[in-house]
Amino acid sequence: MSVVVSNGQPTLTLVLDEEQQMLRSTARQFVDQHAPVGRLRTLRDARDPRGFSDALWKDMAELGWLGLQLPEEHDGVGLGFFDLAVVLEQCGRRLMPEPLVSTLLLGAQALMLGGTSEQQAAWLPGIGAGEKLVALGFDERGARGNPAAGKTRAVRTGSGFTLTGSKVGVLDAHVADLIIVSAHVDGQLGLFLVDPSAPGVSITRHVALDLRNAGTVTLTDVLVGEDAVLGGVSGLDNGGSVLDQVLDRARIGLAAEMLGAMEQAFEDTVNYLKERVQFDRPLGSFQALQHRAARLYTSIALARSAVLAAARTVDQSSDPREVAKFAALAKVRASEAFYDVAREAIQLHGGIGMTDEHDIGFYLKRAQTTLVSFGTNDALRARWAELNGY
Amino acid sequence: MSEPSQQSESAELREFRAEMRAFMREEAPKSLLGTSPCGPFDGYWGGKLHPPVDPDVLRWRDVTLARGLTAPTWPKAYGGAGLSYAHAKVFYDEMRELGLPRPVVGFGFAMIGPTLLQFGNEEQKLQHLPAICAGEIRWCQGYSEPNAGSDLANVQLACEPDGPDHFILNGQKVWTSHADRSDWIFCLARTDRSAKKQRGITFILVDMRTEGVTPRKIELISGASPFCETFFENVRVPRSNVVGEVNAGWTVAKALLGHERSMIGQSIGRDPGSTQRELVKLARKHLDAAEGPIPDPLLRDRVAAVSMEEAAFQLTLDRLAQSRAAGGPGTESSIMKIAATELKQRRFETGMALAGAQGLGWEGDAFDEEDLAYTREWLRSRANTIEGGSSEVQLNIIAKQVLGLPEVK
Repeated sequence: MSVVVSNGQPTLTLVLDEEQQMLRSTARQFVDQHAPVGRLRTLRDARDPRGFSDALWKDMAELGWLGLQLPEEHDGVGLGFFDLAVVLEQCGRRLMPEPLVSTLLLGAQALMLGGTSEQQAAWLPGIGAGEKLVALGFDERGARGNPAAGKTRAVRTGSGFTLTGSKVGVLDAHVADLIIVSAHVDGQLGLFLVDPSAPGVSITRHVALDLRNAGTVTLTDVLVGEDAVLGGVSGLDNGGSVLDQVLDRARIGLAAEMLGAMEQAFEDTVNYLKERVQFDRPLGSFQALQHRAARLYTSIALARSAVLAAARTVDQSSDPREVAKFAALAKVRASEAFYDVAREAIQLHGGIGMTDEHDIGFYLKRAQTTLVSFGTNDALRARWAELNGY
Repeated sequence: MSEPSQQSESAELREFRAEMRAFMREEAPKSLLGTSPCGPFDGYWGGKLHPPVDPDVLRWRDVTLARGLTAPTWPKAYGGAGLSYAHAKVFYDEMRELGLPRPVVGFGFAMIGPTLLQFGNEEQKLQHLPAICAGEIRWCQGYSEPNAGSDLANVQLACEPDGPDHFILNGQKVWTSHADRSDWIFCLARTDRSAKKQRGITFILVDMRTEGVTPRKIELISGASPFCETFFENVRVPRSNVVGEVNAGWTVAKALLGHERSMIGQSIGRDPGSTQRELVKLARKHLDAAEGPIPDPLLRDRVAAVSMEEAAFQLTLDRLAQSRAAGGPGTESSIMKIAATELKQRRFETGMALAGAQGLGWEGDAFDEEDLAYTREWLRSRANTIEGGSSEVQLNIIAKQVLGLPEVK
């Protein structure tokens, strides 16, 4: 138990234990060696039909990362969300486009938090083995990331439901073996497991700004059985609350990725300032630039604390409202720090930072995406205020 | 996890916690319970010039002093309790839990004491540390001068030998907070004008009652006068008051600044959640909304943003403390002075935005006391990013010492 008492409040453990430090350094080595950021350019230019490396995904499964947080009864490693966050941070350093967010943060969490034991048994082992990919569609055009604002409907039929509607920005929909979608039914928000090859499902892939892979999923009178309801028909009214918890975990996991990304972009920028000579001296000797670098270092340190605390809270708190507070905090602080770092990284790299040839631009594109993903920061600050009673 | 768990605490620490709790319940004056956030500067400052003080405050000082608990981590030989940092944290946690003030506070504990433990000789430690523990002697800081602010190494307070055993001091210090109420001052003085400026500085202790020492109050933009300037005119000081070696005072000076900065960070972080509570309270008062969401969505957003900054800062204090306890690198602590002081300033700026026109009073019946005090505290908060090494100096330190960015040749 990693809780100590301070001021009558539990203090979260915000440092890595030895095993987590080992996990971190293994992950860092693997990512540095096999996943250079330049891959994004190659995959993009080749118009790769998958948009990521299946081979790398299999390697990650073998390293145990994909099943890291899955329960042992479903062939997982049984570690915590915090451990997963340690790996995600390293993957974030090189902006890996592999389906981590869709499958591990959205799909697996939805199944773990809301699935029946049959649904978990059907999907979790395959996820951990790197054989099954899962997508989750909750956002719609105009809904600005708010699942309740979506218009997709499920209508009861004799033996199940018909689904109609359109989900946008569905990560990795084009390769998913299973797509979970939210839909209004009987005044509730339900989550439904949809087979991507079912009649009435159409998936249009788009090229995303940050080169993660995503698409639009359109459902036209798609027939699903009662067993397609996440958690079973009896759990139909639970969908909205499960989805909120899933999105909170996604925010925290994404923030862990951001942490790695901003660290890397910052490190690259500081190195550039040390090497680049203008006016017969290294750029990094100019105080105007030194202070900007030092400010970024400060925001990264604060973001790191928020993200680690949030990841720890997922493992330690049984209160979804507590996790929700930390999720808002982690996502807002991390994405703002990341955006600052990325924007400054371009400015401090100067002209070369504007070229597609240089990798630093990929970080700005990812940073802008994180600002908007899984709820805007304005909405999350409002949520924080509400959860804190004002 | 709704109930705090103590499982990770060793049996010995748990026992100590129980012992401290029992001690406080029994010995702490009831009138002091719930009166203090227990920060390093919240409480009785001690000294011979202190105005009359509540006898309960002195009783609390006496019962803690008897156990060495006014300076829990200092060695017993110098009046402390010889406790580990983990034990001291337990002691402070329990005090905070009861809202008890630290028994005695001030620069003796926060700055000169730890510096003497590190650099003082045995005689100096025995002379000064027990007096600090007992609250008999109050210290002030003789660092800044009219021409040595951020450029602290430019201090010019003249310190000339006078025979083999004395120095004579001539010059002026400023920002010597509470010099008018202090018994002793620790000074940076110039002993060698020919050396590189950092190499000609000596760290020297001066009794404020020595002939030729004159403190004078300075009124600040907040209307208060905690600052002073202190003049030295042919002040004769024994050579034995030098801490460390003559001309090697810069090393001592920097170590003391490290203690000072960490205290400023701790002081601002002493009451987790206080920023959010204060701002929500101000919003309820000034926007006339006793409950529910803050009615102005833009102000609500600002309150949430500052509160999130506070949360990230508090978590960073926790994280760095844990990292140090685990023997991790302490490089990130350099950010805490900036993070703490800018958070405090944003808190007051947001509070002033919430107060609106009620924040624009200086005196008069149109404003209640709370409004007037808040405005003055907002003004005082501008000093936070200047004192103890300005934010710009902190940024220089991070850039050079942490990020390794090159110096200008």
